[in-house]
Amino acid sequence: MTRYSALNLFQKSRDGHKGWPEAWRKPAPKSSYDIVIVGGGGHGLATAYYLAKNYGINNIAVLEKGWIGGGNTGRNTTIIRSNYLWNESAHLYELSLKLYEKLSQELNFNIMLSQRGVINLAHSQSEMHEVTRRVSAIRLNGIDSEVLTPDQIKSLIPIINLSSKSRYPILGGSIQRRGGVARHDAVAWGFARAADNLGIDIIENCEVLSVSTSNGIVRSLETTRGCIGAKKFGFVVSGHSSVLAEKAGFRLPICSQPLQALVSEPLKPFFDVVLMSGTVHVYLSQSDKGELVLGAGTDKYNSYSQRGSLSVIEEMMSASLELFPILSRLKVMRMWGRIVDICPDASPIIGNTPLRNLYINCGWGTGGFKATPGSGYVFAHNIATGEPHNLAAPFSLDRFAKGKLIDEHGAAAVAH
Amino acid sequence: MKKQPFRVEGLGDIERNRPIMFTFNGKTYTGFKGDTLASALLANGVILVGRSFKYHRPRGIFGVGVDDPNALVQIGVHGRSTPNERATTTEIFEGLIAKSVNVWPSLRYDILAINNSFSSMFPAGFYYKTFMWPASFWPIYEYFIRKAAGLGTVPKFEDPDTYEKKYVHYDLLIVGGGIAGLVAAHVSAKAGNRVILADERANLGGSKFNSEVTINNKPVKKWVSDIESELESIGDCMVLKRTTAVIHSDHNFVVLREKIIKPNNHSSHTMISQRLWKVRAKSVIYATGALERPMVFQNNDLPGVMLGSAVTDLIHRYGVCPGKNVAIAGNNASIYTLAEDLKACGANIVALSDSRKKSDNNENLAFDSEFPVFMGQAPICAFGKKKIRSVSFGPVNIDTAISQNKDDKKIDCDLLCLSGGYDPNLNLIAQAGGSVSFDTEVSSFNCQSIPKDIFLIGAAAGNFDLQDTISKSLNIVKKIIKQNGTSVFPDIVYQTKGSKSLNAVSPVWYVQSKKSNNKQFVDLHNDVTVSDIDLSVREGYKSIEHFKRYTTSGMGPDQGKIANVNALGILSKKIDINPQSIGTTRFRPPYTPITFGALAGRDLGDLAEPIRITALNVWHQESKAVFENVGQWKRPWYYPKNEETMEAAVNRECKAVRKSVGIFDASTLGKIELVGPDAGELLNRIYINRFDDLKVGSCRYGIICGDDGMVIDDGVTSRLEDKRWLMTTTTGNASKVFHWIDEWLQCEWPELDVFLTSVSSHWSTITIAGSNARNVLLELAGDVDVSNSSFPHHTWKIIKIFGVVARVFRVSFTGELSYEINIPSRYAHSLWESIISIGERYDITPFGTESLHTLRAEKGYIVVGHETDGSVTPDDIGFGWMMRKRKDFIGHRSLSRESIIGEKRPQLVGLLPETYIPEGAQVLSDEISGSDKQSIGHVTSSYNSPSLGIPIALGLIQGGRSLIGSNIRIIGPSNSMSVNAKIVSHCFYDPNGDRLNV
Amino acid sequence: MLNIPCPWCGLRSEVEFSSGGESEVIRPLDPLKKSDHEWSDYLFNRTNKKGWHVERWYHIHGCRKWFHIERNTITHEIRSSWPITEKHPEGNLSVSYSDREQ
Repeated sequence: MTRYSALNLFQKSRDGHKGWPEAWRKPAPKSSYDIVIVGGGGHGLATAYYLAKNYGINNIAVLEKGWIGGGNTGRNTTIIRSNYLWNESAHLYELSLKLYEKLSQELNFNIMLSQRGVINLAHSQSEMHEVTRRVSAIRLNGIDSEVLTPDQIKSLIPIINLSSKSRYPILGGSIQRRGGVARHDAVAWGFARAADNLGIDIIENCEVLSVSTSNGIVRSLETTRGCIGAKKFGFVVSGHSSVLAEKAGFRLPICSQPLQALVSEPLKPFFDVVLMSGTVHVYLSQSDKGELVLGAGTDKYNSYSQRGSLSVIEEMMSASLELFPILSRLKVMRMWGRIVDICPDASPIIGNTPLRNLYINCGWGTGGFKATPGSGYVFAHNIATGEPHNLAAPFSLDRFAKGKLIDEHGAAAVAH
Repeated sequence: MKKQPFRVEGLGDIERNRPIMFTFNGKTYTGFKGDTLASALLANGVILVGRSFKYHRPRGIFGVGVDDPNALVQIGVHGRSTPNERATTTEIFEGLIAKSVNVWPSLRYDILAINNSFSSMFPAGFYYKTFMWPASFWPIYEYFIRKAAGLGTVPKFEDPDTYEKKYVHYDLLIVGGGIAGLVAAHVSAKAGNRVILADERANLGGSKFNSEVTINNKPVKKWVSDIESELESIGDCMVLKRTTAVIHSDHNFVVLREKIIKPNNHSSHTMISQRLWKVRAKSVIYATGALERPMVFQNNDLPGVMLGSAVTDLIHRYGVCPGKNVAIAGNNASIYTLAEDLKACGANIVALSDSRKKSDNNENLAFDSEFPVFMGQAPICAFGKKKIRSVSFGPVNIDTAISQNKDDKKIDCDLLCLSGGYDPNLNLIAQAGGSVSFDTEVSSFNCQSIPKDIFLIGAAAGNFDLQDTISKSLNIVKKIIKQNGTSVFPDIVYQTKGSKSLNAVSPVWYVQSKKSNNKQFVDLHNDVTVSDIDLSVREGYKSIEHFKRYTTSGMGPDQGKIANVNALGILSKKIDINPQSIGTTRFRPPYTPITFGALAGRDLGDLAEPIRITALNVWHQESKAVFENVGQWKRPWYYPKNEETMEAAVNRECKAVRKSVGIFDASTLGKIELVGPDAGELLNRIYINRFDDLKVGSCRYGIICGDDGMVIDDGVTSRLEDKRWLMTTTTGNASKVFHWIDEWLQCEWPELDVFLTSVSSHWSTITIAGSNARNVLLELAGDVDVSNSSFPHHTWKIIKIFGVVARVFRVSFTGELSYEINIPSRYAHSLWESIISIGERYDITPFGTESLHTLRAEKGYIVVGHETDGSVTPDDIGFGWMMRKRKDFIGHRSLSRESIIGEKRPQLVGLLPETYIPEGAQVLSDEISGSDKQSIGHVTSSYNSPSLGIPIALGLIQGGRSLIGSNIRIIGPSNSMSVNAKIVSHCFYDPNGDRLNV
Repeated sequence: MLNIPCPWCGLRSEVEFSSGGESEVIRPLDPLKKSDHEWSDYLFNRTNKKGWHVERWYHIHGCRKWFHIERNTITHEIRSSWPITEKHPEGNLSVSYSDREQ
């Protein structure tokens, strides 16, 4: 692997950067592998990377129906944080955040993790109580979190409207200072390059058409690039989990719904933190390029169309301008939708399936990006050992039958 | 008035008798009414208008419409300061102030232009490869990266303008007011269809505006204005100018953004600045034309290099010819028309290159004697520093030109016009779900499949012949009209003359350069060059989406309108895959950027969300209540007297209730009437406890679960008559519960004969609570017996109060003798005032939500949303006994699942902390959990109890009921917040309920 | 922005409605006799079809009636709508009350 460094960049600049190799190979699929991961998003690529790195398994293929990182990895608002209420979630997301903190160096790919702080706003007495509850619980889990007064919020976001006459007055909030944003594409590409370097075949434009099973195990996958067999299979296909599960013959507690986001035209830096508000369903941050990135809530109907309804955007915009009236004359440059897997308890599903050699990782809802390395890490354990990682065990598929849900509805700025 | 050196006499459609003064980068210029900022600047010879995003290279106006990637300016001051406006789409007005964005200290001397010298260090994606050491330095690197990035600045003051929204329904929406769009509008409107026509520019006519073309022997300008007035005279036809279609959503829902131009555009008064039209149309016709694309060669970004169509437009619309010595380069017939136009305004044409071997009709021969015409050639390199000085040409080999370096012959010029072919403008049709395919004939994308009820005409359909366009448009309109039920097709002929059609285009994707670090710009806005494409390919970012994201090509404010097809063509050459197989990136809305304010419209301030107030609001306000937002409601939180603190007020209010009597506005409670023979059965299924055995005149408390077994609401339901019941819900869940029951009734149990009506706001609820409540009621009750024996707890009575029928319920949420008087809302205010005056002798005290919650916490009563959070079962909060055992109710089956019957469930208990601790604090116990870090529960409610004089709390604690008597520790949200506490029963006050039953 | 055909009110904009999810979710008639797995299949599992999807909507800001529609989850095209207690027009789907297990 040609190392990425300032020195190398300088040296290669002298011959017009002709010396850079492919970031990852484009191999043709073999007929069989030890492990096949379906889904070349961040989670799938991370899973393959950690399988190779932590368990020494290299005979792995990652199958991607389009281009890697092209699903929710490439269409999210890039927020990273671990301030979750329940212990189970907190531990999982904190593992992920810790991995993120070292990821640029580990992958030798700058993912531009910017730990600028994630603020959650409270607009009513009951939301302030919720903030207290969360901060108290999060701190007990050893994760940084603080309650903020309105004045503290103002000092972090000078343009915020603190007027008590606001329809959504700001009574306070919380901050996780280690939270922030990262460059989403870089996470996918960095994992791909590192996984490829460990011998993993990343196979793009390879769609799974059918799943061949017998005696409770998956035998092979029929794909657009031929039949591919493996000893074990992992499905990590956010947005299409139900479709693939149906091909394998089981059902999931998932609804696919559109989640919209948009960016403004680039502006000089004016917004230095990540801001979320659950009541008004909006989250904001400013990208390094200067675009203001705004995320909305989900559209409340099933869709695989990667677009949502204008009414959701209109509501999000009126809430945003209520918080930041001076943004009124900014302009939306691009808006898009993505398909998210919504679970009944707003927590993911990681673990075994009714088929003995098939493992599934899905249901991350609106918040999968922040979990990318952690999700790959525990899922790799699951696939390699056949048993769930202890941090992932609570997120098994059978929690629904047992009634052991992990209700994180309040965790995102989005109420599902 | 200063002379405008590039203004051409006699041409254009500007009002030369109406000069307008404006300021650009601190200097004052004069333009004319009808000018855009771009045309006025060019008329004044201002060539340098901005700097590029990454290398800060000097840039000039390149296009004249929404496609221009360069001329982004900050316009206006104070609250009207607007970042990233296009000079090309901004109409000038008196006093307009504009300045270039992203330059420092000035446009001419921009410090970051140094980036250009070190550009070899900043290839595509350089940031992924560096800034990693030392790891802790990233925030510093990032600080400087952010500072360098971005364009305009956020205004410092609130926007004084407002934005409107309007919904309309039409038979036909036509987007684009060029000839094709106008013909379609004219015919369909004449046929009686309801038609709306939108065009983004200030004038209709599109690319033929003010040209030499004639229609039905009228000059095109005259024809356009005649058609326009005719359309405006038809009642059901609406023509919107300065209106851009930005979003095409499902089922022909199209969003148009109209810019509203007022004469006093800089007045300090509030004005409507934009209007968002939400159009639902049976059919939509896109006549969105085509966008010209540039050619890619060394220094093709120099100021003075422009699109040919832009120059044509400048001449015809604004009478501006932005150069004196003009070179022309292209690959299609449009360059010859341009040469004629330029000649007509007296420009000296220095050279013309046509990359084709042969022109369509040997047009080149006509010019051969006047200036050098290079057939089979393309520009190789432009020269100049802050503007173009000369250009060299070289031969084209298949579809790339090859740089010759040595033999390059420089030809001096001050303007270079480019035409690299035309791209049908397909953004909106692609948003609508149309698919596109690459057409080698025009070397661009055409629409391949079009969704139902959407149509494409004119250049947008790849049709560059005007007469043919008209006849095809007529056919399409015929079809639409028929579909809309009109059979008579108006017999109108549109005969055009003088229009030249555009035939095949031979692409010249780029000029091969021998230099390693070339400056052949593909995306001018984001400074993406051919060598960036090379690098992207080399590193394997070959899929069009990877390519876009890696190089950032097409990701600027113009979204690559003129860049994307060239980028694709070059990528296709580099990886040797045809453009069709590579495909496009996804077209996303909006077509052009939309203002945040326009999307929010009037939904700001008090209109951001409905404000709900009770019928007693005026009294609360007059009594100086402090209000609390509860959902959409404004509820009195407490009533401070004489500058009391909240704590003092709550203390006083609570004591008054416990000692004598208080009065409370409970009108926000949800109230649902259930009428019908099966209402009792419905309630049995909705509540966890039985209801059909409730006697008329009685009330019962019940809990509602979702089918997952988790508590979602609670409240008291009363039997009003045999078949009429009144259910109450919590304030926050009133409408949710109502619709939820409606869903069960309609979808699951339609056999139940019950009718639901929400009566929440029909009835106001005034609660009087305290030992003197009966004494107050006595004075209202007339001869109704309200004694304890005749009107016991959990019963209700009709009492005529001052002749008005009121329903009085004896229920209590404070633990005191309490009556909830329900009265039609219009009488609520006067009843409240009467009670206040009757109660004077008992010192009746109004109390707010904070006191209510304090009083109920003393009694250990739960509040849904405090003691429950969607993961709490009835048994967790101590109501396991209430559940029916053998009968089904919603949630019943879920409550027998494995994890629900385990011992570690959170259970509601009382807590006696040493000092007050905030709600939400976590409960720890070494003894119980074996760890001083492991939370065993949390505080759900916490108050300083006025009745007991000590802090009390409620909490949900794992296995809590068996831990009563244990000592625990409570940890708040900061290290300093830690108190010891004891677990006790959840009822702190009057555990036997004696005070309820007096 | 969907334009939804309410069987009673005709075509109306999406903002007047609320979505109730897929119609094929059928509550068992005797829940207490179902196993944990059968019960959680009803409660949580969804077919979540990619393509033609039968779902129910509530005209919450209109006539307050529930009804079914058949909508394509890829294109959002809606091809039919019918009252909540009636069978699918082509009769090939178990989605209405009258189809429930007895």
